[in-house]
Amino acid sequence: MRPFSLSSKIAAGFLALITLASVFAPWLAPYSFETQNTMNILSGPSAANWMGTDQLGRDLFSRILYGGRVSLFIGVATTLVAVLIGTLYGAVSGYVGGRWDSLMMRAVDVVFALPDLLMIILITVVMGRGVAGLFLALTLVSWVTVARLVRGEVLRLKESNYVEAAHALGAGDLRILAREILPNLLGVLVVTVSFRIPVAILAESTLSFIGLGILPPASSWGTLANDGWSAIKFYPHLILFPSLAIFLTILSFNFLGEGLRDALDPRS
Amino acid sequence: MWAYVIKRILHGVVVLFAVATLTFLIMHWVPGGPFDSDKKLPPEIIANIEAKYHLDRPLPVQYGLYLKGLIQGELGPSFKYLGRDVADILSDTFPVSLTLGLAAMLVVIALGIPAGVVSAYRPNSMLDRGAVFIATLGISVPSFVLGTVLVWGLSHKLGWLPPALWEGPRHVLMPALALGAGYAGYIARLTRTTVLDVLASDYIRTARAKGLTEREILFNHVLKNSLYPVVSVLGPLIAGLVTGSFVIEFIFSVPGMGNFFITAVTNRDYPLIMGVTLVYAVLIVIVHILVDLMYGWLDPRVRVH
Repeated sequence: MRPFSLSSKIAAGFLALITLASVFAPWLAPYSFETQNTMNILSGPSAANWMGTDQLGRDLFSRILYGGRVSLFIGVATTLVAVLIGTLYGAVSGYVGGRWDSLMMRAVDVVFALPDLLMIILITVVMGRGVAGLFLALTLVSWVTVARLVRGEVLRLKESNYVEAAHALGAGDLRILAREILPNLLGVLVVTVSFRIPVAILAESTLSFIGLGILPPASSWGTLANDGWSAIKFYPHLILFPSLAIFLTILSFNFLGEGLRDALDPRS
Repeated sequence: MWAYVIKRILHGVVVLFAVATLTFLIMHWVPGGPFDSDKKLPPEIIANIEAKYHLDRPLPVQYGLYLKGLIQGELGPSFKYLGRDVADILSDTFPVSLTLGLAAMLVVIALGIPAGVVSAYRPNSMLDRGAVFIATLGISVPSFVLGTVLVWGLSHKLGWLPPALWEGPRHVLMPALALGAGYAGYIARLTRTTVLDVLASDYIRTARAKGLTEREILFNHVLKNSLYPVVSVLGPLIAGLVTGSFVIEFIFSVPGMGNFFITAVTNRDYPLIMGVTLVYAVLIVIVHILVDLMYGWLDPRVRVH
Protein backbone atom coordinates (compact mmCIF):
# COMPACT_ATOMS: atom_id res chain seq x y z
CA MET A 1 0.00 0.00 0.00
CA ARG A 2 1.36 3.37 -1.04
CA PRO A 3 0.99 6.50 1.13
CA PHE A 4 -2.05 8.71 0.77
CA SER A 5 -1.72 12.02 -1.07
CA LEU A 6 -1.98 15.31 0.80
CA SER A 7 -5.21 16.25 -1.02
CA SER A 8 -6.91 13.03 0.06
CA LYS A 9 -5.84 13.58 3.68
CA ILE A 10 -7.26 17.10 3.71
CA ALA A 11 -10.44 15.76 2.06
CA ALA A 12 -10.78 13.02 4.68
CA GLY A 13 -10.36 15.60 7.44
CA PHE A 14 -13.02 17.86 5.99
CA LEU A 15 -15.44 14.96 5.54
CA ALA A 16 -14.87 13.80 9.12
CA LEU A 17 -15.56 17.32 10.36
CA ILE A 18 -18.73 17.85 8.35
CA THR A 19 -20.05 14.36 9.19
CA LEU A 20 -19.51 14.84 12.92
CA ALA A 21 -21.02 18.34 12.78
CA SER A 22 -24.14 16.95 11.06
CA VAL A 23 -24.51 13.92 13.30
CA PHE A 24 -24.20 16.06 16.44
CA ALA A 25 -26.25 18.93 14.98
CA PRO A 26 -28.81 18.91 17.84
CA TRP A 27 -25.98 19.60 20.32
CA LEU A 28 -23.76 21.80 18.12
CA ALA A 29 -26.24 24.01 16.26
CA PRO A 30 -26.70 27.39 17.97
CA TYR A 31 -30.43 27.42 17.13
CA SER A 32 -33.05 24.82 16.23
CA PHE A 33 -33.52 24.43 12.48
CA GLU A 34 -37.07 25.75 12.57
CA THR A 35 -36.92 28.54 15.17
CA GLN A 36 -38.26 31.65 13.47
CA ASN A 37 -37.25 35.15 14.45
CA THR A 38 -39.31 37.74 12.63
CA MET A 39 -37.21 40.54 14.12
CA ASN A 40 -34.14 39.29 12.28
CA ILE A 41 -35.00 38.19 8.74
CA LEU A 42 -32.64 38.03 5.75
CA SER A 43 -29.66 39.32 7.70
CA GLY A 44 -26.16 38.74 6.38
CA PRO A 45 -23.49 36.73 8.19
CA SER A 46 -22.77 38.09 11.68
CA ALA A 47 -21.38 36.97 15.03
CA ALA A 48 -24.83 35.81 16.17
CA ASN A 49 -25.75 34.14 12.87
CA TRP A 50 -22.54 32.90 11.24
CA MET A 51 -24.19 32.37 7.85
CA GLY A 52 -27.01 34.88 8.18
CA THR A 53 -30.75 34.22 8.39
CA ASP A 54 -33.44 33.37 5.85
CA GLN A 55 -36.84 34.83 4.91
CA LEU A 56 -38.37 33.57 8.18
CA GLY A 57 -35.42 34.61 10.35
CA ARG A 58 -34.14 31.06 10.75
CA ASP A 59 -30.41 30.64 11.37
CA LEU A 60 -28.79 29.36 8.16
CA PHE A 61 -25.76 27.81 9.89
CA SER A 62 -28.02 25.63 12.04
CA ARG A 63 -30.13 24.70 9.03
CA ILE A 64 -27.00 23.65 7.12
CA LEU A 65 -25.90 21.40 9.98
CA TYR A 66 -29.34 19.77 10.06
CA GLY A 67 -29.54 19.66 6.24
CA GLY A 68 -26.23 17.79 6.23
CA ARG A 69 -27.89 14.97 8.12
CA VAL A 70 -30.33 14.41 5.24
CA SER A 71 -27.83 14.95 2.41
CA LEU A 72 -25.09 12.79 3.93
CA PHE A 73 -27.50 10.09 5.08
CA ILE A 74 -28.95 9.74 1.59
CA GLY A 75 -25.49 9.73 0.01
CA VAL A 76 -23.98 7.18 2.36
CA ALA A 77 -27.00 4.91 2.90
CA THR A 78 -27.99 4.56 -0.76
CA THR A 79 -24.40 3.91 -1.74
CA LEU A 80 -23.86 1.23 0.89
CA VAL A 81 -27.09 -0.60 -0.01
CA ALA A 82 -26.45 -0.25 -3.76
CA VAL A 83 -22.90 -1.56 -3.35
CA LEU A 84 -24.17 -4.49 -1.29
CA ILE A 85 -26.84 -5.44 -3.85
CA GLY A 86 -24.54 -4.79 -6.80
CA THR A 87 -21.72 -6.84 -5.30
CA LEU A 88 -23.90 -9.87 -4.58
CA TYR A 89 -25.57 -9.69 -8.00
CA GLY A 90 -22.35 -9.09 -9.92
CA ALA A 91 -20.40 -11.73 -8.01
CA VAL A 92 -23.04 -14.40 -8.60
CA SER A 93 -23.43 -13.43 -12.26
CA GLY A 94 -19.71 -13.46 -12.95
CA TYR A 95 -18.99 -16.57 -10.92
CA VAL A 96 -21.85 -18.70 -12.26
CA GLY A 97 -21.24 -17.56 -15.84
CA GLY A 98 -22.86 -19.03 -18.93
CA ARG A 99 -26.54 -18.54 -19.70
CA TRP A 100 -27.40 -17.19 -16.25
CA ASP A 101 -24.70 -14.60 -16.56
CA SER A 102 -25.91 -13.28 -19.91
CA LEU A 103 -29.53 -13.26 -18.70
CA MET A 104 -28.63 -11.37 -15.53
CA MET A 105 -26.49 -8.91 -17.45
CA ARG A 106 -29.24 -8.28 -20.02
CA ALA A 107 -31.45 -7.06 -17.17
CA VAL A 108 -28.63 -4.81 -15.98
CA ASP A 109 -28.25 -3.45 -19.54
CA VAL A 110 -31.89 -2.35 -19.60
CA VAL A 111 -31.69 -0.51 -16.27
CA PHE A 112 -28.38 0.97 -17.39
CA ALA A 113 -29.88 2.35 -20.60
CA LEU A 114 -32.49 4.35 -18.71
CA PRO A 115 -31.52 7.93 -17.92
CA ASP A 116 -30.79 8.03 -14.16
CA LEU A 117 -32.27 11.36 -13.10
CA LEU A 118 -35.39 10.73 -15.13
CA MET A 119 -35.98 7.36 -13.53
CA ILE A 120 -35.35 8.73 -10.05
CA ILE A 121 -37.96 11.42 -10.68
CA LEU A 122 -40.49 8.87 -11.97
CA ILE A 123 -39.92 6.55 -9.01
CA THR A 124 -40.19 9.36 -6.46
CA VAL A 125 -43.46 10.39 -8.10
CA VAL A 126 -44.78 6.98 -7.08
CA MET A 127 -42.93 6.42 -3.81
CA GLY A 128 -43.36 9.90 -2.45
CA ARG A 129 -40.73 12.56 -2.16
CA GLY A 130 -39.59 11.91 1.37
CA VAL A 131 -36.19 10.63 2.43
CA ALA A 132 -37.46 7.04 2.01
CA GLY A 133 -38.69 7.57 -1.56
CA LEU A 134 -35.44 9.17 -2.65
CA PHE A 135 -33.41 6.50 -0.90
CA LEU A 136 -35.27 3.78 -2.76
CA ALA A 137 -35.13 5.53 -6.14
CA LEU A 138 -31.41 6.23 -5.89
CA THR A 139 -30.65 2.68 -4.82
CA LEU A 140 -32.70 1.22 -7.67
CA VAL A 141 -30.76 3.12 -10.34
CA SER A 142 -27.27 2.93 -8.88
CA TRP A 143 -26.74 -0.75 -8.04
CA VAL A 144 -26.27 -1.66 -11.74
CA THR A 145 -23.01 0.26 -12.07
CA VAL A 146 -21.58 -1.71 -9.15
CA ALA A 147 -22.94 -5.00 -10.51
CA ARG A 148 -21.14 -4.47 -13.83
CA LEU A 149 -17.89 -3.53 -12.15
CA VAL A 150 -17.94 -6.44 -9.72
CA ARG A 151 -18.85 -8.94 -12.43
CA GLY A 152 -15.82 -7.84 -14.45
CA GLU A 153 -13.55 -8.19 -11.44
CA VAL A 154 -14.95 -11.61 -10.56
CA LEU A 155 -14.44 -12.83 -14.14
CA ARG A 156 -10.80 -11.79 -13.81
CA LEU A 157 -10.30 -13.25 -10.30
CA LYS A 158 -11.98 -16.51 -11.28
CA GLU A 159 -9.08 -17.29 -13.59
CA SER A 160 -6.44 -16.56 -10.96
CA ASN A 161 -4.06 -19.22 -9.66
CA TYR A 162 -5.24 -19.11 -6.07
CA VAL A 163 -8.89 -19.72 -7.02
CA GLU A 164 -7.74 -22.63 -9.13
CA ALA A 165 -5.69 -23.87 -6.18
CA ALA A 166 -8.74 -23.62 -3.88
CA HIS A 167 -10.75 -25.64 -6.43
CA ALA A 168 -8.03 -28.26 -6.55
CA LEU A 169 -8.10 -28.49 -2.76
CA GLY A 170 -11.80 -29.30 -2.98
CA ALA A 171 -13.29 -26.01 -1.74
CA GLY A 172 -16.96 -25.47 -2.61
CA ASP A 173 -18.28 -22.54 -4.66
CA LEU A 174 -19.67 -20.65 -1.68
CA ARG A 175 -16.43 -21.03 0.20
CA ILE A 176 -14.42 -19.79 -2.78
CA LEU A 177 -16.72 -16.79 -3.24
CA ALA A 178 -16.59 -15.87 0.43
CA ARG A 179 -12.96 -16.69 1.25
CA GLU A 180 -11.06 -16.11 -1.99
CA ILE A 181 -12.99 -13.74 -4.24
CA LEU A 182 -14.79 -11.29 -1.93
CA PRO A 183 -11.69 -10.39 0.14
CA ASN A 184 -9.87 -9.56 -3.08
CA LEU A 185 -12.71 -7.28 -4.17
CA LEU A 186 -12.45 -5.17 -1.01
CA GLY A 187 -10.02 -2.59 -2.40
CA VAL A 188 -12.13 -1.99 -5.48
CA LEU A 189 -15.29 -1.75 -3.36
CA VAL A 190 -13.83 0.82 -0.96
CA VAL A 191 -12.84 3.00 -3.93
CA THR A 192 -16.28 2.50 -5.51
CA VAL A 193 -18.08 3.58 -2.33
CA SER A 194 -15.99 6.73 -2.20
CA PHE A 195 -16.81 7.62 -5.82
CA ARG A 196 -20.51 6.67 -5.65
CA ILE A 197 -21.40 8.69 -2.53
CA PRO A 198 -20.86 12.07 -4.26
CA VAL A 199 -22.92 10.86 -7.23
CA ALA A 200 -25.84 10.13 -4.89
CA ILE A 201 -25.41 13.44 -3.03
CA LEU A 202 -25.34 15.26 -6.35
CA ALA A 203 -28.51 13.53 -7.60
CA GLU A 204 -30.41 14.28 -4.38
CA SER A 205 -29.33 17.91 -4.22
CA THR A 206 -30.06 18.48 -7.90
CA LEU A 207 -33.59 17.11 -7.56
CA SER A 208 -34.22 19.03 -4.36
CA PHE A 209 -32.91 22.18 -6.02
CA ILE A 210 -35.41 21.97 -8.88
CA GLY A 211 -38.17 21.21 -6.38
CA LEU A 212 -38.62 17.53 -7.22
CA GLY A 213 -36.63 16.11 -4.30
CA ILE A 214 -37.08 16.24 -0.53
CA LEU A 215 -40.28 18.00 0.53
CA PRO A 216 -40.36 20.63 3.30
CA PRO A 217 -40.28 20.76 6.29
CA ALA A 218 -37.49 18.19 5.93
CA SER A 219 -34.56 19.94 4.33
CA SER A 220 -31.32 18.92 2.69
CA TRP A 221 -28.60 21.17 1.29
CA GLY A 222 -30.41 20.98 -2.05
CA THR A 223 -33.70 22.31 -0.63
CA LEU A 224 -31.79 25.06 1.20
CA ALA A 225 -30.18 26.07 -2.10
CA ASN A 226 -33.64 26.06 -3.67
CA ASP A 227 -34.89 28.38 -0.89
CA GLY A 228 -32.01 30.74 -1.60
CA TRP A 229 -32.45 30.70 -5.37
CA SER A 230 -35.45 33.03 -5.44
CA ALA A 231 -33.55 35.63 -3.42
CA ILE A 232 -30.21 35.33 -5.22
CA LYS A 233 -30.11 38.89 -6.52
CA PHE A 234 -30.22 40.66 -3.16
CA TYR A 235 -29.42 37.96 -0.58
CA PRO A 236 -26.80 35.74 -2.26
CA HIS A 237 -25.62 34.33 1.09
CA LEU A 238 -28.78 32.21 1.24
CA ILE A 239 -27.69 30.17 -1.78
CA LEU A 240 -23.94 30.57 -1.33
CA PHE A 241 -23.54 28.53 1.86
CA PRO A 242 -25.68 25.48 0.95
CA SER A 243 -24.04 25.38 -2.51
CA LEU A 244 -20.62 25.57 -0.91
CA ALA A 245 -21.48 22.70 1.44
CA ILE A 246 -22.58 20.53 -1.50
CA PHE A 247 -19.61 21.45 -3.68
CA LEU A 248 -16.94 20.96 -0.98
CA THR A 249 -18.44 17.63 0.10
CA ILE A 250 -18.54 16.27 -3.45
CA LEU A 251 -15.04 17.58 -4.13
CA SER A 252 -13.71 15.96 -0.95
CA PHE A 253 -15.24 12.57 -1.78
CA ASN A 254 -13.66 12.74 -5.24
CA PHE A 255 -10.22 13.59 -3.81
CA LEU A 256 -10.61 10.86 -1.20
CA GLY A 257 -11.61 8.34 -3.89
CA GLU A 258 -8.56 9.21 -5.95
CA GLY A 259 -6.29 8.90 -2.94
CA LEU A 260 -7.80 5.53 -2.03
CA ARG A 261 -7.51 4.30 -5.60
CA ASP A 262 -3.84 5.27 -5.84
CA ALA A 263 -3.14 3.65 -2.49
CA LEU A 264 -5.19 0.46 -2.84
CA ASP A 265 -5.34 -0.39 -6.53
CA PRO A 266 -2.17 -2.17 -7.60
CA ARG A 267 -2.90 -1.63 -11.29
CA SER A 268 -3.10 2.16 -11.37
CA MET B 1 -20.93 -5.31 -40.39
CA TRP B 2 -24.63 -5.12 -41.36
CA ALA B 3 -25.46 -7.99 -39.05
CA TYR B 4 -23.90 -5.97 -36.23
CA VAL B 5 -25.85 -2.82 -37.13
CA ILE B 6 -29.13 -4.75 -37.22
CA LYS B 7 -28.32 -6.45 -33.92
CA ARG B 8 -27.62 -3.09 -32.28
CA ILE B 9 -30.87 -1.60 -33.64
CA LEU B 10 -32.92 -4.58 -32.42
CA HIS B 11 -31.30 -4.26 -29.01
CA GLY B 12 -32.24 -0.58 -29.02
CA VAL B 13 -35.86 -1.41 -29.84
CA VAL B 14 -36.01 -3.85 -26.92
CA VAL B 15 -34.67 -1.18 -24.57
CA LEU B 16 -37.21 1.35 -25.85
CA PHE B 17 -40.04 -1.13 -25.37
CA ALA B 18 -38.85 -1.73 -21.81
CA VAL B 19 -38.71 2.02 -21.16
CA ALA B 20 -42.20 2.54 -22.60
CA THR B 21 -43.65 -0.27 -20.48
CA LEU B 22 -41.85 0.79 -17.30
CA THR B 23 -42.92 4.40 -17.69
CA PHE B 24 -46.50 3.36 -18.35
CA LEU B 25 -46.61 1.15 -15.26
CA ILE B 26 -44.91 3.71 -13.04
CA MET B 27 -47.31 6.41 -14.16
CA HIS B 28 -50.28 4.23 -13.30
CA TRP B 29 -49.03 3.29 -9.84
CA VAL B 30 -49.05 6.94 -8.96
CA PRO B 31 -51.62 7.69 -6.28
CA GLY B 32 -53.96 10.46 -7.31
CA GLY B 33 -55.11 11.18 -10.86
CA PRO B 34 -54.12 14.10 -13.04
CA PHE B 35 -57.28 16.07 -12.26
CA ASP B 36 -57.10 15.74 -8.49
CA SER B 37 -55.50 19.09 -7.90
CA ASP B 38 -58.39 20.95 -9.57
CA LYS B 39 -61.38 22.14 -7.62
CA LYS B 40 -64.13 19.61 -7.02
CA LEU B 41 -65.75 18.71 -10.33
CA PRO B 42 -69.22 17.21 -10.76
CA PRO B 43 -69.00 13.41 -11.16
CA GLU B 44 -70.46 13.53 -14.69
CA ILE B 45 -67.61 15.78 -15.87
CA ILE B 46 -65.01 13.55 -14.24
CA ALA B 47 -66.58 10.56 -16.00
CA ASN B 48 -66.42 12.45 -19.30
CA ILE B 49 -62.78 13.32 -18.83
CA GLU B 50 -61.93 9.76 -17.85
CA ALA B 51 -63.70 8.39 -20.91
CA LYS B 52 -61.95 10.86 -23.17
CA TYR B 53 -58.52 9.85 -21.89
CA HIS B 54 -59.51 6.14 -21.58
CA LEU B 55 -58.88 6.31 -17.83
CA ASP B 56 -62.08 4.30 -17.21
CA ARG B 57 -60.85 1.29 -19.18
CA PRO B 58 -58.98 -1.60 -17.55
CA LEU B 59 -55.18 -1.20 -17.38
CA PRO B 60 -54.28 -3.75 -20.11
CA VAL B 61 -56.64 -1.99 -22.54
CA GLN B 62 -55.09 1.37 -21.70
CA TYR B 63 -51.65 -0.14 -22.23
CA GLY B 64 -52.71 -1.55 -25.62
CA LEU B 65 -54.12 1.80 -26.74
CA TYR B 66 -50.96 3.51 -25.54
CA LEU B 67 -48.64 1.16 -27.49
CA LYS B 68 -50.83 1.43 -30.59
CA GLY B 69 -50.62 5.20 -30.38
CA LEU B 70 -46.84 5.08 -29.95
CA ILE B 71 -46.39 2.98 -33.08
CA GLN B 72 -48.48 5.49 -35.00
CA GLY B 73 -46.40 8.32 -33.54
CA GLU B 74 -49.25 9.62 -31.41
CA LEU B 75 -48.48 10.55 -27.85
CA GLY B 76 -51.98 11.66 -27.00
CA PRO B 77 -53.35 14.96 -25.71
CA SER B 78 -51.74 16.68 -22.76
CA PHE B 79 -53.76 16.52 -19.53
CA LYS B 80 -52.85 20.01 -18.42
CA TYR B 81 -52.27 22.04 -21.57
CA LEU B 82 -55.80 21.41 -22.76
CA GLY B 83 -56.19 21.36 -26.51
CA ARG B 84 -52.50 20.72 -27.08
CA ASP B 85 -51.00 17.47 -28.26
CA VAL B 86 -47.94 16.05 -26.51
CA ALA B 87 -46.27 15.57 -29.89
CA ASP B 88 -47.02 19.21 -30.62
CA ILE B 89 -45.46 20.43 -27.36
CA LEU B 90 -42.41 18.24 -27.92
CA SER B 91 -41.84 19.49 -31.45
CA ASP B 92 -41.84 23.05 -30.05
CA THR B 93 -39.52 22.38 -27.13
CA PHE B 94 -37.16 19.72 -28.48
CA PRO B 95 -35.21 22.06 -30.83
CA VAL B 96 -34.54 24.38 -27.89
CA SER B 97 -33.11 21.56 -25.76
CA LEU B 98 -31.12 20.25 -28.74
CA THR B 99 -29.56 23.68 -29.34
CA LEU B 100 -28.59 23.92 -25.69
CA GLY B 101 -27.16 20.39 -25.72
CA LEU B 102 -25.09 21.01 -28.85
CA ALA B 103 -23.78 24.31 -27.49
CA ALA B 104 -22.77 22.54 -24.27
CA MET B 105 -21.08 19.82 -26.35
CA LEU B 106 -19.08 22.55 -28.07
CA VAL B 107 -18.02 23.85 -24.64
CA VAL B 108 -16.94 20.35 -23.62
CA ILE B 109 -14.83 19.79 -26.74
CA ALA B 110 -13.39 23.29 -26.96
CA LEU B 111 -12.33 23.37 -23.29
CA GLY B 112 -11.68 19.72 -22.51
CA ILE B 113 -9.54 18.41 -25.35
CA PRO B 114 -7.03 21.29 -25.65
CA ALA B 115 -6.61 21.38 -21.84
CA GLY B 116 -5.92 17.64 -21.76
CA VAL B 117 -3.38 17.82 -24.61
CA VAL B 118 -1.51 20.79 -23.12
CA SER B 119 -1.42 19.03 -19.75
CA ALA B 120 -0.03 15.82 -21.20
CA TYR B 121 2.74 17.62 -23.10
CA ARG B 122 4.08 19.12 -19.85
CA PRO B 123 3.43 16.37 -17.30
CA ASN B 124 3.82 17.44 -13.65
CA SER B 125 4.58 21.03 -14.57
CA MET B 126 2.75 23.82 -12.75
CA LEU B 127 0.55 24.18 -15.83
CA ASP B 128 -0.37 20.49 -15.76
CA ARG B 129 -1.09 20.47 -12.02
CA GLY B 130 -3.16 23.62 -12.36
CA ALA B 131 -5.16 22.16 -15.25
CA VAL B 132 -5.79 18.86 -13.45
CA PHE B 133 -6.88 20.73 -10.32
CA ILE B 134 -9.29 22.95 -12.25
CA ALA B 135 -10.63 19.88 -14.08
CA THR B 136 -11.30 18.16 -10.73
CA LEU B 137 -13.10 21.28 -9.50
CA GLY B 138 -15.16 21.21 -12.71
CA ILE B 139 -16.07 17.56 -12.21
CA SER B 140 -17.13 18.19 -8.62
CA VAL B 141 -19.18 21.34 -9.04
CA PRO B 142 -22.88 20.57 -9.57
CA SER B 143 -24.23 22.24 -12.70
CA PHE B 144 -26.88 24.08 -10.69
CA VAL B 145 -24.23 25.54 -8.38
CA LEU B 146 -22.14 26.73 -11.33
CA GLY B 147 -25.31 28.02 -13.01
CA THR B 148 -26.37 30.06 -9.99
CA VAL B 149 -22.84 31.44 -9.52
CA LEU B 150 -22.78 32.53 -13.18
CA VAL B 151 -26.21 34.17 -12.89
CA TRP B 152 -25.18 36.02 -9.76
CA GLY B 153 -21.78 37.13 -11.09
CA LEU B 154 -22.26 37.74 -14.80
CA SER B 155 -25.89 38.91 -14.71
CA HIS B 156 -26.71 40.45 -11.35
CA LYS B 157 -23.29 41.88 -10.42
CA LEU B 158 -21.71 42.70 -13.77
CA GLY B 159 -24.77 42.88 -16.00
CA TRP B 160 -22.89 41.34 -18.95
CA LEU B 161 -25.32 38.58 -19.86
CA PRO B 162 -29.08 38.10 -19.50
CA PRO B 163 -29.97 35.93 -16.44
CA ALA B 164 -32.82 34.04 -18.12
CA LEU B 165 -34.98 33.32 -21.16
CA TRP B 166 -34.09 32.22 -24.67
CA GLU B 167 -33.90 35.06 -27.16
CA GLY B 168 -30.70 34.77 -29.10
CA PRO B 169 -27.04 33.79 -28.93
CA ARG B 170 -26.34 35.84 -25.78
CA HIS B 171 -28.89 33.73 -23.95
CA VAL B 172 -27.15 30.47 -24.90
CA LEU B 173 -23.72 31.26 -23.48
CA MET B 174 -24.24 30.86 -19.72
CA PRO B 175 -26.54 27.81 -19.83
CA ALA B 176 -24.14 26.03 -22.21
CA LEU B 177 -21.19 26.80 -19.96
CA ALA B 178 -22.99 25.67 -16.81
CA LEU B 179 -24.12 22.45 -18.49
CA GLY B 180 -20.82 21.64 -20.18
CA ALA B 181 -18.17 22.58 -17.60
CA GLY B 182 -18.35 19.38 -15.55
CA TYR B 183 -18.04 17.16 -18.59
CA ALA B 184 -15.24 19.37 -19.94
CA GLY B 185 -13.27 18.60 -16.78
CA TYR B 186 -13.92 14.89 -17.24
CA ILE B 187 -12.86 14.96 -20.92
CA ALA B 188 -9.74 17.00 -20.06
CA ARG B 189 -8.59 14.36 -17.59
CA LEU B 190 -9.39 11.50 -19.95
CA THR B 191 -7.59 13.20 -22.86
CA ARG B 192 -4.56 13.86 -20.63
CA THR B 193 -4.31 10.16 -19.70
CA THR B 194 -4.65 8.84 -23.24
CA VAL B 195 -2.28 11.44 -24.73
CA LEU B 196 0.31 10.53 -22.07
CA ASP B 197 -0.01 6.87 -23.08
CA VAL B 198 0.34 7.66 -26.78
CA LEU B 199 3.33 9.97 -26.23
CA ALA B 200 5.16 7.13 -24.47
CA SER B 201 4.58 4.69 -27.36
CA ASP B 202 7.15 3.40 -29.82
CA TYR B 203 5.56 4.85 -32.93
CA ILE B 204 5.84 8.38 -31.56
CA ARG B 205 9.53 7.77 -30.94
CA THR B 206 9.82 6.50 -34.51
CA ALA B 207 7.98 9.57 -35.81
CA ARG B 208 10.37 11.83 -33.88
CA ALA B 209 13.36 9.85 -35.16
CA LYS B 210 12.10 10.29 -38.72
CA GLY B 211 12.40 14.01 -38.13
CA LEU B 212 8.71 14.91 -38.32
CA THR B 213 7.86 18.29 -36.85
CA GLU B 214 6.04 18.34 -33.49
CA ARG B 215 3.05 19.78 -35.30
CA GLU B 216 2.84 16.84 -37.71
CA ILE B 217 3.29 14.40 -34.86
CA LEU B 218 0.52 16.06 -32.86
CA PHE B 219 -2.07 16.12 -35.62
CA ASN B 220 -1.26 12.95 -37.55
CA HIS B 221 -0.28 10.61 -34.73
CA VAL B 222 -1.05 11.80 -31.23
CA LEU B 223 -4.53 13.23 -31.68
CA LYS B 224 -5.76 10.51 -34.01
CA ASN B 225 -4.74 7.73 -31.66
CA SER B 226 -5.64 9.33 -28.36
CA LEU B 227 -9.16 10.34 -29.32
CA TYR B 228 -10.57 6.78 -29.62
CA PRO B 229 -11.17 6.40 -25.88
CA VAL B 230 -12.60 9.90 -25.82
CA VAL B 231 -15.09 8.97 -28.55
CA SER B 232 -16.16 5.92 -26.55
CA VAL B 233 -17.37 8.10 -23.66
CA LEU B 234 -19.23 10.47 -25.96
CA GLY B 235 -22.37 8.31 -25.72
CA PRO B 236 -22.83 8.52 -21.95
CA LEU B 237 -21.67 12.14 -22.16
CA ILE B 238 -24.37 13.18 -24.62
CA ALA B 239 -26.93 11.27 -22.56
CA GLY B 240 -25.75 13.20 -19.52
CA LEU B 241 -25.95 16.52 -21.34
CA VAL B 242 -29.46 15.76 -22.56
CA THR B 243 -30.94 14.62 -19.25
CA GLY B 244 -28.86 17.09 -17.26
CA SER B 245 -30.30 19.95 -19.24
CA PHE B 246 -33.60 20.17 -17.34
CA VAL B 247 -31.82 21.56 -14.29
CA ILE B 248 -30.16 24.21 -16.42
CA GLU B 249 -33.41 24.95 -18.26
CA PHE B 250 -35.04 25.43 -14.85
CA ILE B 251 -32.38 27.91 -13.68
CA PHE B 252 -32.31 29.96 -16.88
CA SER B 253 -36.05 29.66 -17.66
CA VAL B 254 -35.24 28.09 -21.01
CA PRO B 255 -38.46 26.93 -22.74
CA GLY B 256 -37.08 23.47 -23.50
CA MET B 257 -38.28 19.92 -23.02
CA GLY B 258 -36.71 19.66 -19.57
CA ASN B 259 -38.59 22.63 -18.21
CA PHE B 260 -41.88 21.20 -19.48
CA PHE B 261 -40.93 17.87 -17.93
CA ILE B 262 -40.54 19.42 -14.48
CA THR B 263 -43.94 21.10 -14.79
CA ALA B 264 -45.45 17.89 -16.14
CA VAL B 265 -44.21 15.94 -13.11
CA THR B 266 -45.67 18.43 -10.64
CA ASN B 267 -48.95 18.46 -12.62
CA ARG B 268 -49.05 14.65 -13.05
CA ASP B 269 -49.52 15.21 -16.77
CA TYR B 270 -49.06 11.50 -17.62
CA PRO B 271 -48.94 11.73 -21.43
CA LEU B 272 -46.43 14.58 -21.33
CA ILE B 273 -44.22 12.79 -18.77
CA MET B 274 -44.27 9.61 -20.86
CA GLY B 275 -43.64 11.58 -24.05
CA VAL B 276 -40.59 13.38 -22.69
CA THR B 277 -39.20 10.18 -21.15
CA LEU B 278 -39.55 8.38 -24.45
CA VAL B 279 -37.93 11.16 -26.44
CA TYR B 280 -34.99 11.12 -24.02
CA ALA B 281 -34.75 7.33 -24.26
CA VAL B 282 -34.91 7.31 -28.07
CA LEU B 283 -32.22 9.96 -28.19
CA ILE B 284 -29.95 8.04 -25.86
CA VAL B 285 -30.45 4.75 -27.69
CA ILE B 286 -29.67 6.38 -31.07
CA VAL B 287 -26.58 8.11 -29.69
CA HIS B 288 -25.29 4.85 -28.21
CA ILE B 289 -25.74 3.05 -31.54
CA LEU B 290 -24.03 5.85 -33.48
CA VAL B 291 -21.11 6.00 -31.04
CA ASP B 292 -20.63 2.22 -31.24
CA LEU B 293 -20.62 2.35 -35.03
CA MET B 294 -18.28 5.33 -35.06
CA TYR B 295 -15.94 3.52 -32.70
CA GLY B 296 -15.80 0.52 -35.02
CA TRP B 297 -15.15 2.83 -37.95
CA LEU B 298 -12.34 4.69 -36.16
CA ASP B 299 -10.66 1.63 -34.68
CA PRO B 300 -10.42 -1.34 -37.06
CA ARG B 301 -9.55 -3.66 -34.16
CA VAL B 302 -13.08 -3.34 -32.77
CA ARG B 303 -14.68 -4.39 -36.06
CA VAL B 304 -13.13 -7.85 -35.91
CA HIS B 305 -14.99 -8.75 -32.70
